[in-house]
Amino acid sequence: MSESSAVSSSVTPDPETTQAPDSAPGVRAEPLPKPGDKSGKRWSVRPRLVDPERRAAVVGSRQAVLVVDNVSVSFDGFKAITDLTLILDKGELRCLIGPNGAGKTTLMDIITGKTKPDSGTVFMPHDARDLTQLKEYEIAALGICRKFQRPTVFAGHTVYENMELALTGPKGVWTSLFFRLSTEQKRSIEKILEQIGLHEHAAVRAGQLSHGQKQWLEIGMLLAQDPRVLLVDEPIAGMTHQETERTAELLKSLAGERTVVVVEHDMDFVRSIAKKVTVLHEGKVLAEGDIDSVQNNPRVVEVYLGEPRT
Amino acid sequence: MKAEPAVGFLALHDKRGWLAVAIATLVLCVLVPILSLAVPVSSPLHLPDYLVALFGKFLCYGIVALAIDLIWGCTGILSLGHGVFFALGGYAMGMYLMLSIGAQGVYKSALPDFMVFLDWKELPWFWRGFDNLSVALLAALIVPGLLAFAFGYFAFRSRIRGVYFSIITQALTYALMLLFFRNETGFGGNNGLTDFKSIYGYDLHQPSTKVMLYVLSALALLFTYLLCRYIVTSKAGRVLRAIRDAESRAMFVGFNPTSYKLFAWTLSAVLCGLAGALYVPQVGIINPGEMQPANSIEMGIWVAVGGRATLFGAILGAFVVNGLRSFFTAAMPNAWLYVLGLLFIAVTLFFPDGVAGALGRLKRKS
Repeated sequence: MSESSAVSSSVTPDPETTQAPDSAPGVRAEPLPKPGDKSGKRWSVRPRLVDPERRAAVVGSRQAVLVVDNVSVSFDGFKAITDLTLILDKGELRCLIGPNGAGKTTLMDIITGKTKPDSGTVFMPHDARDLTQLKEYEIAALGICRKFQRPTVFAGHTVYENMELALTGPKGVWTSLFFRLSTEQKRSIEKILEQIGLHEHAAVRAGQLSHGQKQWLEIGMLLAQDPRVLLVDEPIAGMTHQETERTAELLKSLAGERTVVVVEHDMDFVRSIAKKVTVLHEGKVLAEGDIDSVQNNPRVVEVYLGEPRT
Repeated sequence: MKAEPAVGFLALHDKRGWLAVAIATLVLCVLVPILSLAVPVSSPLHLPDYLVALFGKFLCYGIVALAIDLIWGCTGILSLGHGVFFALGGYAMGMYLMLSIGAQGVYKSALPDFMVFLDWKELPWFWRGFDNLSVALLAALIVPGLLAFAFGYFAFRSRIRGVYFSIITQALTYALMLLFFRNETGFGGNNGLTDFKSIYGYDLHQPSTKVMLYVLSALALLFTYLLCRYIVTSKAGRVLRAIRDAESRAMFVGFNPTSYKLFAWTLSAVLCGLAGALYVPQVGIINPGEMQPANSIEMGIWVAVGGRATLFGAILGAFVVNGLRSFFTAAMPNAWLYVLGLLFIAVTLFFPDGVAGALGRLKRKS
């Protein structure tokens, strides 16, 4: 059966990431400082661009949209992420799972620029820039948008104003001072509001929305930024069953055009949306593949899922 | 249900709002001058000169309150050092007024009296050009703006915020106060600049000049109010409030908080400079005492009492607190600081949204 071969290949998707870090020194494209090595790190100038050969070598023939290449980060000696490589394909819906402390949120932080890694790069294949060298708002402008764990909408603004703020376009002070919504922009706001089911609440202050509605509004705000990559952190935490179902539908409808990455604990939810699942454990990729192969992987079962499903 | 934000100048207020602005403008710019100049002194309706000067002072404080509301109420950055920008604007105007005294001073010298006293032979380089009113006015706006820009650039870029930022602003005004207290700094030391005679050829002691300065202050307040109102109701204002409420979210939405904060902060300082420049000719003195940290804190209290992020509340707060101050410092000089303290505590406990908020609630009830 082809299923079994998929299992074995998905368990070791990339020799780089699954090998122990100390046994694979040769795979680095260039010598990088060791994660714990703080001496001179602050002032050493890291290249702002990613070497094109390296980019081509990592991406290969895949239709990649975002690549996390060999990234490590440690906090006060605790290795949150070790030599992690993650390649996201265009239009896919990827679920990131893993036990607490596996590095899921840290990985999101690194991609969005909140945390700077000790080594490794993050890049988009069509762009030479190393995302780890950019500021948060610059990364956001590249079309990499993030939904936080807790819904963080602008509570004092109306739903419509939230959308207006999120809308893609120049974000400088002067543009904002003399900004008027164009008809086209109004239409796209209307469209997204319809998509997330909040068009009737456009004039309501976001703070007065229910928990689930806030989560959708935040997803809508991400959509208004016209992102290439949507990073969604625990979208269904605290949601009712009905809201969960709607969220699953929403996320599925978003993939295809955009790449969606969902971090989630709830395996039933993951099962209902994901085609491809990446399991993180102790800052490394433990397994990657479709949900069944991952769930039947003995190593995953061991560290995370407990008893295998029958 | 209309959810789209309104745009354009006329959309700054609804009809009732514009009516209120128009009435306030009429009272401040027309009624007060008439009561002061046209009504005979013998009439009980006559407004004495000292009250015109006092009201003019309040109007300048109103501009300061608006400036603080912009940066504190709308952007969430509490400055406890805005007095320094106010004083710098005042000093720029004071330098002009000092030079326009000419040889009418005590020592009958073209140099300002304090320079003669210090045995200086010529005008320091940074006093040159200040015999021109437009240069002085420009400096009154640009110097506070530049200081605020440089200070804000480093502070916001380093992501200093909250109480730490407030403390640094306090240190800033204190440091400049100490600097200006020194005679060598060249701004008259602890006596400051005073004994002004005329402005642009008009005698400062004439009632008509006083009314003129008063009307200019009223117009400046109106202009400042409309400017702030425009900013607050524009998308930029919504971004400022977004940064105040959820800075990291605003950042991930693609806004650079540093440039927005820097804009509001610098504009706020420039407006304070304008207020200071209008304040000094009406009060007749500027000295380093204006840079005392306590003064800056009191400015914050005006806005807290009036109601943050409402703009008109800030003006109201400046008027109310300073009105009370004028009353108490005359009637019970020792009681004023206690009254101020009580007022601040009472507002914090019972009216966290200030007088404006309380008025709003009253309106909704009726």
